[in-house]
Amino acid sequence: MKVKIIIFILAFLLWLLLSWSVDPVHLFLGVLIAVLVCFVTADIFLESPQVFKKPSRYLWFVYYIILFAWECFKANLDGAWRVIHPDLPINPGIVKVKTQLKSEVGLTFLANSLTLKPGTMTVDIDKENGFLYIHWSDVKAQDVEKATELIVRKFERVLMRIFP
Amino acid sequence: MNEIIGYVFIGIGLAFDFFGCLGLLRFPDLYNRLHSSIKCVTLGTSSILFGLFLYKGISATGIKALLCIVFLVLTAPVSAHVLARSAHKSGVKLWEKSVCDKYSEDENALS
Repeated sequence: MKVKIIIFILAFLLWLLLSWSVDPVHLFLGVLIAVLVCFVTADIFLESPQVFKKPSRYLWFVYYIILFAWECFKANLDGAWRVIHPDLPINPGIVKVKTQLKSEVGLTFLANSLTLKPGTMTVDIDKENGFLYIHWSDVKAQDVEKATELIVRKFERVLMRIFP
Repeated sequence: MNEIIGYVFIGIGLAFDFFGCLGLLRFPDLYNRLHSSIKCVTLGTSSILFGLFLYKGISATGIKALLCIVFLVLTAPVSAHVLARSAHKSGVKLWEKSVCDKYSEDENALS
């Protein structure tokens, strides 16, 4: 029940931001759709609602967003440099890295941010053993430990605190 | 003032989109092309939308532009991931100068 109320509030807020009007017809439609959404997605939305209460998670999340934006910007400069360089300085390959994250949301965040990080793109996830297969456009290390150290560590350290 | 900063962001975004499309033409194989298109086009389009937000201020259009950034950043990597994975499963080869392919080694070991 508590989860449903949280989802209802989030969905209704999103509706208000998207429609950006307080006309009664819009509000009524918004309530209707938010109720529908909270009944359909309540079972799949949250695995553990109790972690909503830890305030340190939100601070780490803000830090994560700043770190991610900076990495994304660096990725773009790096990508642009590789594109305009006359010799195309790439050295591609698929490497395997290990992660300690267990929760599905954490793995999704890790895979998505690795895709937007300089030179790496997630190809597949082996959820049981915690392996990620990553296409790296400039391979510096082929064995699992070294590649993990170079690619995953920075984000994993922060994500471990947000999605324990 | 806000309008000028908005125009600057839109210009930066267009430049990054251009580099992304140039990479799509220049790189040798599917995976490297996905690299360039996903990274540059995500940040470029986000930058254009953020410029639109600064230009319009907090209004119906501006807020929608901000929400679009969130959806774009959350969904674009997923589409890249799906494209790369399905291409690899259906047998698209890596560039011949690629260094290593741990994924197909592990797949061969399993089957």
